Amino acid sequence: MARQHKAVALISGGLDSMLAVRVLQEQGIEVEGINFYTGFCVEGHTHAIRNHDKDKQKRNNALWVAEQLDIKLHIVDVIEEYKDVLLNPKHGYGANMNPCLDCKIFMVGKAVEWVKEHHQDGFDFIVTGEVIGQRPMSQRKKTMPIISEESGADDLLLRPLCAKNLPETLPEREGWVDREKLYDFSGRNRKPQIALAKSFGLNDFATPAGGCCFLTDKNYSDKLVDLWKARNSREYEMDDIMLLKVGRHIRPDSGFKLIIARDAGESKFLEGYRKQFPSIYALSHSGPMALVDGNFNEEHYALAAGIVARFGQGRNADEVELDINIPEQGHQQIKTTPLAADDVLQEWYV
Amino acid sequence: MSHEQLDARRMLCPMPVIKTQNKVAMMHAGDVIDVICTDPGALNDIPAWARINGHEIINTVQTDDEITISVRVGA
Ligand code: SF4
Repeated sequence: MARQHKAVALISGGLDSMLAVRVLQEQGIEVEGINFYTGFCVEGHTHAIRNHDKDKQKRNNALWVAEQLDIKLHIVDVIEEYKDVLLNPKHGYGANMNPCLDCKIFMVGKAVEWVKEHHQDGFDFIVTGEVIGQRPMSQRKKTMPIISEESGADDLLLRPLCAKNLPETLPEREGWVDREKLYDFSGRNRKPQIALAKSFGLNDFATPAGGCCFLTDKNYSDKLVDLWKARNSREYEMDDIMLLKVGRHIRPDSGFKLIIARDAGESKFLEGYRKQFPSIYALSHSGPMALVDGNFNEEHYALAAGIVARFGQGRNADEVELDINIPEQGHQQIKTTPLAADDVLQEWYV
Repeated sequence: MSHEQLDARRMLCPMPVIKTQNKVAMMHAGDVIDVICTDPGALNDIPAWARINGHEIINTVQTDDEITISVRVGA
């Protein structure tokens, strides 16, 4: 009997990579999944932070997909290496701060590396769920060979959902997979994928609207660019990019920014950062937790406290008492009049 | 059999899973690792990861702000 061939598939947690794996499993290929964590991925936890999202999926989609497919999943932390992809994308950005083409090249390249490192496990080729024309930046007919080449995967990269629109790859030429049983999907229409999912009996799947990560989100990208501008540097840490996912971001002064929780769930989340960031919350009334990012000094206290008070129960009170905590310096209480609604200027919102 | 601990407090998912996975890769079948975390997402993610990769959750203890999940490494 011929040896069973083995592939590693890039699993994003979305439907396409899930289908790509199923198509190969139908052909008797053994598949394991690999998922790269850049720090910007849309994950269950960000849904779970806010109260009203509590019932929403708290699951990690990549893990969930792997379980549905009955495959192993390896999650790889690429946070540090990804910085260079985001900061210096050779092929530029998409509509927002998403460097999709460079990102794809990077991830397929990491999969190539991983296959080499795990040569004892005998992986024969790499699989993605890419579909020609699906995404405006990375998934075009022109970009497919760029990804194969620049990642170093060359013809070891198989895209089962659109393989018939592309030149034959090694797994097809060698007969490890039957090209006839692969697909020729193209364009943004999702109907063929949905139909294929149905034929496999898959009914529950995540359908990310913009893409697999926060960088395709305009709001998120705006906040990221604002942070870089304010710091005069594009360096970022994990905490920075996590905090961009949470709360109202208000910059009333070029020197500092307030991150104000929108509900109790976010307040609790922000509390976890009080050792690293200055924080403000009301003592005399209930209200949100707020963190301060930037060069925060006593000159700013009154304005910052007035804004935070505005978002609490004491918003109409004559006076609200707040606690300001500066890490390693200690607490200070301050009494202030909450800002009037109109005094929190629209242009302060990041 | 070794019994290890992993401090994944304040890490957000999937970091506790990644750290567990990487540590388990260096352990042996039958060893136990207690993962201490604060992100409730781990309550879902670590068991899912364990099921997929053939490990067993032998205990879960939840206090007000911490969760300890004990995993027995599979073969
Ligand atoms: S959406 Fe994000 S994760 Fe997906 S390819 Fe684009 S940059 Fe990469």
